[in-house]
Amino acid sequence: MKRFPFADGFALKRKFVEKPASEAVLILGATSAIARATAAAFAARGDVLYLASRDEDELRRIAADLRLRYGVEVHYGVFDAEATDTHELFFKAVIAAMPKLTGVVLAFGYLGDQKAATDFNYGKKIIDSNYTGAASILSHCANYFEPLLRGFIIGISSVAGDRGRQSNYVYGAAKGALSLYLQGLRNRLYPSGVRVITVKPGFVDTAMTYGLPGLFLVASPQYIGECIVRSLDKSADVIYLPWFWRYIMLIIKHIPEPIFKRMKL
Amino acid sequence: MATLITSISGWGRYPVQSCELERPERYADLRPGADSVIVRGQGRSYGDAALNQNGRVLLTERINRLLEFDMVNGILRAEAGTTLAEILDVIVPMGWFLPVTPGTKFVSLGGCVAADVHGKNHHHDGSFGEHVLGLELILADDSRVRCSPSEKPDLFWATVGGMGLTGIIGEVTVRLVRLQSALMKVHQHAAVNFDQLFRILQDPDLDDRYAVAWIDSLATGKDLGRGIAMCGHHAASEEVPDNSHLDLKPARGHSVPFDLPAWILNSRSISAFNSRYYKKEGGKRYPFLSNYDTYFYPLDAIAHWNRLYGKRGFVQYQCVIPEATSFAGIHRLLEELSGSRQPSFLAVLKRLGPQGRGLLSFPMSGYTLALDIPIRNKGIFVLLNKLDEIVLQHGGRVYLAKDARLSAESFRAMYPRFKEWLAIKNAVDPQNRFSSSLSRRLEIGMI
Repeated sequence: MKRFPFADGFALKRKFVEKPASEAVLILGATSAIARATAAAFAARGDVLYLASRDEDELRRIAADLRLRYGVEVHYGVFDAEATDTHELFFKAVIAAMPKLTGVVLAFGYLGDQKAATDFNYGKKIIDSNYTGAASILSHCANYFEPLLRGFIIGISSVAGDRGRQSNYVYGAAKGALSLYLQGLRNRLYPSGVRVITVKPGFVDTAMTYGLPGLFLVASPQYIGECIVRSLDKSADVIYLPWFWRYIMLIIKHIPEPIFKRMKL
Repeated sequence: MATLITSISGWGRYPVQSCELERPERYADLRPGADSVIVRGQGRSYGDAALNQNGRVLLTERINRLLEFDMVNGILRAEAGTTLAEILDVIVPMGWFLPVTPGTKFVSLGGCVAADVHGKNHHHDGSFGEHVLGLELILADDSRVRCSPSEKPDLFWATVGGMGLTGIIGEVTVRLVRLQSALMKVHQHAAVNFDQLFRILQDPDLDDRYAVAWIDSLATGKDLGRGIAMCGHHAASEEVPDNSHLDLKPARGHSVPFDLPAWILNSRSISAFNSRYYKKEGGKRYPFLSNYDTYFYPLDAIAHWNRLYGKRGFVQYQCVIPEATSFAGIHRLLEELSGSRQPSFLAVLKRLGPQGRGLLSFPMSGYTLALDIPIRNKGIFVLLNKLDEIVLQHGGRVYLAKDARLSAESFRAMYPRFKEWLAIKNAVDPQNRFSSSLSRRLEIGMI
């Protein structure tokens, strides 16, 4: 596995500028490696966190770790992206625990494998977790922030959502739908001053990709996490991580379909 | 779980073997599985302790959460993949320090238990295992058990120093020590030959909580064994100026970006370096204050320093010779070494206190010598076998965490409590599921 040479040390050396604890952030899907690194980057700034995922034991461990390392307040609660009927109650519980919620990071996702292309019952899980579940919880978040005229929503999508490829188009379609959803949400919330940021990571060194063949320029989760937090200080709406994926995807998106359909990607 | 089949090595970069790596991110995924497996933390053991040729290797680098810290009593519970560096970042500003630390902080907590590591304070404080209050172990049958010196003590003392062969160390609870400042008060004493160096280390008036001696391993003849003893303790608050007690400025790090050609480190260049180092450090006659990082972890300032030895790697040979015969034994080792055509580029001498309770633990009352010898040709293994003989003659032993080539017979002669250990291992892991390249080489677990 080749690593993107700057992806490890580079960002880690950067010191976050100290500022008063300003953000209170809900992290959905908090047990993934990217989410854990993002939570750490927020905690390093002194932000308050609410971690949510299906795995309560992991949440307890990650929360304890962030409290000890960064001395910040960390809440956690069980959240299942696919159980959309529980989302309203869940979000109320988050607000009850953290009344000054200022932002949300949507970090859950499910890659699945090739089987999804031929077995819809399996593929449905990919669509449900990556898109349906995301659309459901984001609607509650958006309805909360809109009247408050503040807040941010960061959605972690994927470069795989930029163009359908035979190797993982079910996942790609679900992430592509999420990217479109975030785009529409950004348009809707712009007048209310709520920021919506779409993050499109390339290959990241996580459990999702570990041991997969053919990976190149793999970034560390820490690099991705710090870039995500830093994106709040910048103005971009859609960020590719690491940055060069914007240009790789630019090329891939512009290959004419008659040629693209013959390619093996 | 996804596996990555790739060639890996220990820190000495010898041997290199193909292993199936798994890297769990959830604590619940730390499971033994159905066939041979060994856990690997940071891969800082030098030889084949964390290798499993053509078998599974479980990486704990992402199982690294700090779980609980009792700030009043200094008791820390953390997952086994947590590194000492991560722990120090949190505890030093709160006025606590590790009770025992090896010469690098980039090791995992689980590795410290499995190798029962020692530091420069072994003659006062014992090895790492003495300060461990409890462990959570994941056994071969996938059960999770707690063990400690009072709860399942047999299993506990078989795991401390057990090289990961009794089960997966999941969580470690360790008792820390109080600090008044993050600085070290260091006093260095130069010695013109081995005789003098040895006497300095023995002298109770010159001794301190931490003591270690660097030896100019290329000096021969009348200079044989010349070196510098470095004694120190955590500076008390009245020993440091104003209120900068816990103030820490991380030293700027360097890195070796790629394998250097093997010829760069040769007897001449190292000899020149050693002479300069001896003059510079030996000239420091008065006690001085030092950052704890520079005192304990001088080599950590250079990332990937193992690349200095080139692609073929190096062997670290560390042995202990019991008190009664240590002077003669170590003198003979140094003579044998300087008479060979295999230069050692780094030699470190330390005093060890009484043997601990870990059944396969390395330390025993006496003196320990550690040598870094680059692998240039097969001659090195002939030399090391000769050193084994000398160590055995003097009743000493070789440190498994550094070892890549000890024979099964020598191992059994050096570790008399092995049979007792094996009985416990066989009881908890009858199918010998936890096995490594080291355990196969030493014929551990085979009947």
